[in-house]
Amino acid sequence: MKFGIVVNEGPYTHQASDTAYNFAKAALAGGHDISRVFFYHDGVNVGTRLSIPPQDDRQIQEQWTALAKEHDLDLVICIAAAQRRGLLDENEATRQGKDANNIADGFRISGLGQLIEMGIQADRTVTFGD
Amino acid sequence: MATLHTVNKSPFATQSLLSCLAHAKAGDTVLMIEDGVYGASAGTGLAEAVAGLGGGVTLAVLAPDLKARGIDAARLMDGVKSVDYAGFVDLAATHDRTQSWL
Repeated sequence: MKFGIVVNEGPYTHQASDTAYNFAKAALAGGHDISRVFFYHDGVNVGTRLSIPPQDDRQIQEQWTALAKEHDLDLVICIAAAQRRGLLDENEATRQGKDANNIADGFRISGLGQLIEMGIQADRTVTFGD
Repeated sequence: MATLHTVNKSPFATQSLLSCLAHAKAGDTVLMIEDGVYGASAGTGLAEAVAGLGGGVTLAVLAPDLKARGIDAARLMDGVKSVDYAGFVDLAATHDRTQSWL
């Protein structure tokens, strides 16, 4: 079965990005596919490569990057939510005249169309949030 | 059309669990996750309301979240099914849709 996953809550807030990660891992282990993970609202903050959590804390961004690499997952960050919160890839940084970018490996920035497409393509969409 | 409902906030903090239970239909499952697991404890001030509203639905709880909060599985209300993340995935797959009560 194909799952689509939406993450609406930022990392280290409550638990939503952790639950979403554990759900994704279990779905993949169970032989399911994940058509896309869509990070929306404060959830976009998961995708910064500049976060430095304490070593003994959970490494939320690194976990997602590793899972995406292992299973070729499509991790999409909502562009409007990202720009409000200062999350830029190289293209957007150049286009907006900013001096840096901060998006982590395995994530890409795109629009709400990707959320709609995920909803159409996935058999089930599961939302995690605040 | 069976729906899997997930509730992630304590019923002592928000109305979402009680509201969810009032809306859920027979054949649905209500899965309590994150702080929502407090709703599955027996002997609380809300246990009777949860059990009463949850009559026609299956009540389930995410075991790792119970454990993280130090709630012993023996303290769960009668009839509450305990699942791990694989069980959560199975519930999402076996119901027609998922509704997160955020």
